[in-house]
Amino acid sequence: MSFKSITVVAALGAVAVSMPALAQTPKKGGTLQFAVVAEPPTTDCHGTTTFAMVHPVAPQYSTLLKLTGPHDNIKVVGDLAESWEQSADGLTYTFKLRKGVKFHDGSDFTSADIKATYERIINPPEGVVSARKAVHSDIGEILTPDAHTVVFKMKQVNASMVLHFASPFNCVYSAAELAKDPTYPSKKVMGTGAFQFVEYVKGSHWVGKKFDGYFLKDRPYLDGFKAFFVKSEAVVLGMRGGQFDAEFRGRTPAERDQLVSTMGDQVTVQEGPWITNILLSFNTSKKPFDDERVRRALTLAIDRWGGSESLGKVTLIKGVSGVFRPGASWSLPVSELEKIPGFWRDANKSREEAKRLLKEAGVPNLKLKLLNRTIAQPFTPAGIYAIDQWRRIGVETEHVQVETKLWFDGMANGNFDVAVQNISDFADDPNAQFNTLLSTKASSIAYSRHTDTRIDDLYKKQSGTVDPVERMKIVNELERYTLEKAYNIPLLWYQRIVVNHKKVKGWELPPSHFAGQTLVDVWLDQ
Amino acid sequence: MLGYIVRRLLMVIPTLIGVAVAVFFLIRVMPGDPVVVKLRADGAAVTEETIQAERKRLGLDKPLMVQFTDYMIGLTRLDLGKSLWTGESVANEIAIRFPVTLQVAIMATLIAVLIAVPLGTLCAVYRDTWIDNLIRVLAVSGLAIPGFWLGMLIILALLYFFNWLPKIGYVSIFEDPVANLSALFWPALSVGYRYAAVVTRMMRSALLEVMREDYIRTARAKGVYESLVTRRHGLRNALLPVVTVVGLEFAFLIGGLVVTEQVFNLNGIGKLFVDATARGDFTLIQGLVLLIATVFVVVNLLVDLLYAALDPRIRLT
Repeated sequence: MSFKSITVVAALGAVAVSMPALAQTPKKGGTLQFAVVAEPPTTDCHGTTTFAMVHPVAPQYSTLLKLTGPHDNIKVVGDLAESWEQSADGLTYTFKLRKGVKFHDGSDFTSADIKATYERIINPPEGVVSARKAVHSDIGEILTPDAHTVVFKMKQVNASMVLHFASPFNCVYSAAELAKDPTYPSKKVMGTGAFQFVEYVKGSHWVGKKFDGYFLKDRPYLDGFKAFFVKSEAVVLGMRGGQFDAEFRGRTPAERDQLVSTMGDQVTVQEGPWITNILLSFNTSKKPFDDERVRRALTLAIDRWGGSESLGKVTLIKGVSGVFRPGASWSLPVSELEKIPGFWRDANKSREEAKRLLKEAGVPNLKLKLLNRTIAQPFTPAGIYAIDQWRRIGVETEHVQVETKLWFDGMANGNFDVAVQNISDFADDPNAQFNTLLSTKASSIAYSRHTDTRIDDLYKKQSGTVDPVERMKIVNELERYTLEKAYNIPLLWYQRIVVNHKKVKGWELPPSHFAGQTLVDVWLDQ
Repeated sequence: MLGYIVRRLLMVIPTLIGVAVAVFFLIRVMPGDPVVVKLRADGAAVTEETIQAERKRLGLDKPLMVQFTDYMIGLTRLDLGKSLWTGESVANEIAIRFPVTLQVAIMATLIAVLIAVPLGTLCAVYRDTWIDNLIRVLAVSGLAIPGFWLGMLIILALLYFFNWLPKIGYVSIFEDPVANLSALFWPALSVGYRYAAVVTRMMRSALLEVMREDYIRTARAKGVYESLVTRRHGLRNALLPVVTVVGLEFAFLIGGLVVTEQVFNLNGIGKLFVDATARGDFTLIQGLVLLIATVFVVVNLLVDLLYAALDPRIRLT
């Protein structure tokens, strides 16, 4: 089968999954078998940031709010919260909680559980690590006026707070269990989710079964699920061999084509922009990368539109956008993006300007070292593409690919000229997306080491702006400024490709592999 | 004999202490922070404060010599510590995976011995005939084809011809022998082929060597049947170097099934080793190195004991 026809089949599959799935009546029963291409370091949602925890663990827990819907219509809805309101000054959030919700041990869920959960995230007790403590630091006080109302009083406005209440990492734990042992989530999986924990064999599999006492009476549809921990390379063969029906993180275009060509109409393909990008960070503490002209030349040299065409066929990266995912509500319109250096449509004009800038900066024959990870997709092709683009303006690049541990070490110690990194989070959120782009004073992960506090000031301003229209203006201004200064430059955005067996229904492709994994609405058409 | 075994076992202790000390310091010389990998590898913006908190929780904030003392004291209680990645006891992490790797290694050894001893003998007996040449071609192919590649071919063939793959997940042979063997036979075969090739060549050359000895000529001169000469006098003596190779190969397999385990999705020691190394999980790496060192020492001891059983002239004192 030619590539073109494979693509067509894949595209038809993508349409097929979204249309009839909505029209069909969900069937009850069956066990969903899916692959997870990494293993969780812990079962405690608060203590890690990896999807490897989310995919097997999320079905057992609920969150206060949750993200739902496909990548082009993602929205925040209540999960344990029935409704919520935000005060006009943005300093108080009041949640009305569902009644009759039970934990898997039969105990009642109340506002005390929300309070205990969030206090654990904000002020983790001895022996507990809260990976997202910093993003909750604006919460000042948590009040529980009654068993089904919880009020969050903020120290200052944080316009991204609603998203954090919907974070898949903020699993709600039992206050009673936490009082007995604050580390219980790392030892016992017990929440209010649609599935009850059955078994976890390290390195092998995880089993969950339907929780009959789940608060949505007609859910879940599945009797249970079994997650297999496998290497990414094993997914295609495993699906072909009928060992599992789904893998939710994402496949490469080649794997998609292989599955479509061998399994035909037995699989469905869903694709969309992913909230993960490849970012090139310049070490501005080293010459000549402290010179804006050099950085601008290096971003101008990269033909992102052409790269999208070619790399999109063979790698995970495809989308052209600035600081936000292509198509996200925060993204700059393409017409505006095209005016920013590095995003011009005319590659030749860009390269001429790039050469001129390098000459002006006194480094017409620039040599640099590109620090990269030894991860085939998409780090290696991303690095190679950048090197090729820079070669076209006379820049000679040494590609230094190292293991993740050494890569972090190089970035932390400034042992690089330019580093390839990725930014990934569960939602389109200015606070999250700009965090890596801040000055070294404001962020511990600002590997570009710049000291431009204008970025920090605009960041704070947008985070503290309640009015969404006003916030959008500031975010756009911040994005334009960040892209023009080019301390860090986005290369391309990931394209999420999920290929599942056609019998897997009720799962819509969210823009993040962290979101939408509770399996509440998933059913098997068999 | 018993005294010999006790003395050999006592010698294991300083060997393992040496290994433990060397691996403890060598791992820590390598740059990189496992906590950063653990919390930031997925691209999340985790603060330095959180990194430090996790480091403290794992005891990595303590001075190196304090960590070393804690580790050595733990070893005296057979406590290998806790995995930096999962927080589980290292002994537990290994115990989950060890049966899988051990069984594959045993099955591969059985396959290798069952194939190699007769084939090697045939080669020696029919030296320079088409039988010898054919078996030698097969043996050289076995050495040339990497086990993991053969494994991939086996998987593709199973899919292509039978639309079937061995089930993922380990089931104990005592629980469900059919499921267990149907899953582990294929990796054992892919590893066993190369293993058999090594042993076949060793068997052939050892037997050819032995068949030139004076006592073989004497046996023939006494009119002993050729088959009896080969079986009783030749084969038994030729097995000594073969046993050494089998022992070394077996010990190697305990830590060396890295790629094969990945190809067949086996939850074994090799896969654990790769994961632990990529994550910089110091304590787990230490535990695994100690395990492999122990296996080598024990297998060497067993080989020595087997020597004595095969050759009455060897006295273990």
